[in-house]
Amino acid sequence: MNNKQLKEEIIRISGAKPKKCMKCGKCTATCPAFDEMEYHPHQFVSMIENEDIEPLMKSESLYRCLTCFACVERCPRGVEPARLVEAVRLLTVRQKGKNRLTPDMIPDMLDEDMPQQALVSAFRKYTK
Amino acid sequence: MQVKEYRPLIVAFCCNWCSYAGADLAGNNRADYPAEVKIIRVPCSCRVNPMFILKAFQRGADGVILCGCHPGDCHYTSGNYYTRRRMAMLFSMLDYLGIERERTRVEWVSAAEGAKFAATMNDFVKKVTELGENKRLEDLRCKK
Amino acid sequence: MQRIGVFVCWCGSNIAGTVDVKQVAEALKSEPGVVFSTEYQYMCSQAGQNLIIDAVKEHKLTGVVVCSCSPRMHEATFRKTAAAAGLNPYMVEIANIREQCSWVHKDMIIGTEKAIILGKAAVAKVNLNAPLTPGESPVTKRALVIGGGIAGIQTALDIADAGFEVDIVEKKPTIGGKMAQLDKTFPTLDCAACILTPKMVDVAQHEKIRVFSYSEVTEVNGFVGNFEVTIKKNARYVKEDVCTGCGICTEKCPQKKVPNEFNLGMDMRRAIYIPFAQAVPKVATIDPNYCTMMKTGKCGVCAKVCTAGAIDYTQKDEYIEEKYGAIVVATGFNPISMDKFDEFAYNQSKDVITSLEFERLTNAAGPTAGKLLRPSDGKHPEKIVFVQCVGSRCDSCAEKGKEYCSKICCMYTAKHAMLTRDKYPDTDVTVFYIDVRTPGKNFDEFYRRAVEDYGVQYIKGMVGKVTPEGDKLKVQASDLIENKQLHIDADLVVLAAAIEPDKSARPLATMLTASMDTNDFFTEAHPKLRPVESPTAGVFLSGACQGPKDIPETVSQAGAAAAKVIGLLAKDKLTGNPCIASSDELMCNGCSSCEKVCPYGAITYQDKEFRMPDRTTKVRRVASVNPAVCQGCGCCTVACPSGAMDLRGFTNEQIMAEVDAICK
Repeated sequence: MNNKQLKEEIIRISGAKPKKCMKCGKCTATCPAFDEMEYHPHQFVSMIENEDIEPLMKSESLYRCLTCFACVERCPRGVEPARLVEAVRLLTVRQKGKNRLTPDMIPDMLDEDMPQQALVSAFRKYTK
Repeated sequence: MQVKEYRPLIVAFCCNWCSYAGADLAGNNRADYPAEVKIIRVPCSCRVNPMFILKAFQRGADGVILCGCHPGDCHYTSGNYYTRRRMAMLFSMLDYLGIERERTRVEWVSAAEGAKFAATMNDFVKKVTELGENKRLEDLRCKK
Repeated sequence: MQRIGVFVCWCGSNIAGTVDVKQVAEALKSEPGVVFSTEYQYMCSQAGQNLIIDAVKEHKLTGVVVCSCSPRMHEATFRKTAAAAGLNPYMVEIANIREQCSWVHKDMIIGTEKAIILGKAAVAKVNLNAPLTPGESPVTKRALVIGGGIAGIQTALDIADAGFEVDIVEKKPTIGGKMAQLDKTFPTLDCAACILTPKMVDVAQHEKIRVFSYSEVTEVNGFVGNFEVTIKKNARYVKEDVCTGCGICTEKCPQKKVPNEFNLGMDMRRAIYIPFAQAVPKVATIDPNYCTMMKTGKCGVCAKVCTAGAIDYTQKDEYIEEKYGAIVVATGFNPISMDKFDEFAYNQSKDVITSLEFERLTNAAGPTAGKLLRPSDGKHPEKIVFVQCVGSRCDSCAEKGKEYCSKICCMYTAKHAMLTRDKYPDTDVTVFYIDVRTPGKNFDEFYRRAVEDYGVQYIKGMVGKVTPEGDKLKVQASDLIENKQLHIDADLVVLAAAIEPDKSARPLATMLTASMDTNDFFTEAHPKLRPVESPTAGVFLSGACQGPKDIPETVSQAGAAAAKVIGLLAKDKLTGNPCIASSDELMCNGCSSCEKVCPYGAITYQDKEFRMPDRTTKVRRVASVNPAVCQGCGCCTVACPSGAMDLRGFTNEQIMAEVDAICK
């Protein structure tokens, strides 16, 4: 996929609207994981809008986002930055081609005490 | 025998405040558009009763175009919104009756858009000419 | 049958160049009703007009068709000509064979053919024309101004200075509005009270102005020039004409714990109060929700101390009916509620305040006597953070905030920051902005001065959250230029809250049938060319009820609205446009379709008695159009299912005849 297609795919997956951003920076101001991130929420929005997506896909920031949705909650323009981060993450995961886990391997690994959500989240984070 | 060139008959309804002035501006700028277009002045596009349009087709018009102020610019604040809804319904009914969509049109032309008026008319006449004569609703009793 | 004369104009070579005018005149001769047809070089010239006048007299014409330039150009000219010839001016129709024929077509044959068809259409229309007379209605030479802020005050003064009577209706106990609450005004930093209170005194002393304070408009009937308005004077339990405003009652009243709304609840007032020292009218008002006497029947201190005997616990609301020729809406604005913005901790900490509260905190007549002190502990703040665009420029579907830019916040924040640095140079001031918008005379210079001369720190970014911790406010914000997240310990956080139209505006708009936009701002008749008039005739707009505005803009709009009102009231009679809708009562079935689509509220329903064929009478509900209000758009004619509604000058029959003539 070229950058334009990547952008379209990200917008399709996320349903977010980076064009609505008025560059106020409230997402970044509100982000609890700011210090961990190389690219900050407002940069995600702006870089996706400018089709500068490769660096984002390579960045560790993808996995530092807590998906706490504080930015989504507080964005005055309804841009939903966290959904964009999530979409870039999905795109990266999907582009890997071979996942390290195959579905038939999973049942053996299931820990009865582990919450379902933590499991899903772990798949997402540690496939890189 | 000489084959007579086909020239469609187009009726245009223009609102007094925007489109009629736009048509005047087209004249002032000496813009060229086909003489087949005959303009009827109405105070507002919402004055155009669907009956007028049916009447035009009954009398053998080949196309009817309705021009009004841009949405939000109506001299009477909201007339063109009514036009838009009424014509959406009328045109789909006409489509059902066999009057092709290309023969009917609503266009927003402001008083400053003389060039747009001429371009719209050129385009509309071209499309209607391609479709040829309209016989669907024509009432033969009206012809002498 | 009409006797129609056709006059074809050459317009020099403008028309004659591409249209064979002689052939047009000849062809139209045989049209039904045409008894005379001629052509002339310049119809609009004096000689051309005389030609028409002579022909009307000689051939006893009842209708005139002029084939010439656009009716937008010379319709008025030829109507006057017809009137000079003794004909009804509305018996004239113009066939536009210049702008819409000769100028756009190059071929003589085609041009001539089209000109003939346009002429035929005009003849067909004139055949069905009827003489029209513009309706006249008298004008009540008095204006009503709703709202007593700076907008209403200025409008009232300007109208009254022109010699017309004006009434101001203000819902608060005093006029003055928001401007009375301000400390200084940008960009010149005049003291708001110093420039406003003299105007308030002018209002009070003007012989042509009456002030209905503590009152509201409850009903509006009528139309331009003839409004009938009901004003409700709320009981203030103090006789307005007796009270001297000495203020002893407000000192002696034992009920001391009433939040003072003038200071936005930052201090307390008594149950009987005068909002501020320069109030107009300077009359005490009893707040019945807090007054011990009103609630328990045991107190009466104010009545005892009042030497004038002005207290009247039994006073009732009073309804006054008045007639007006024009109404000016000046209902103003309010800052939006900060309740939904949890991230700024407005409800959790007293030290997070809105800009209007900050204004009171710095005002010499405010709760701290002008000393900038923290509301929580009365300490001097050393670090102040200003947050701009709180609730402004939000997404349309966001639940909190407004979509528009509130326009005044950038400037008043710069003012607050500058004044703080000026008075307390030891205080650190940071402003978080998204964009600094300073379009206005001396506005950007003012903002630059705050940055360059007063050392206000402007940071491009937004505050994400404010957390009260101990006696500090932890402010977490972004700095987009440095790409950093900032953590600041502030003593005071000031939110530049978005502004919204006053809540009373919506019901008022319904009463006036004036239209509003989705944000409840009143819409103007034309956004560029008629900015102070409402689409509803006789209703004018002044100040922030039409959109966010600063004081200079409000005052100029107030003056403009006053000029429009004076222009209306100066007339003895209003002449209407005769091309208006009218309903055939025999055909009307009272369905209300027309009433719903009318943008002016010109259509009302009346019960009328009708004689039936069998000599009984029957009462039916039928539409009636108010000729003074109708503007003649014709929307109702199409909505009418029974065909009872028609538009004079553009009747269904006339337009059908034009269609017929064109399609022949």
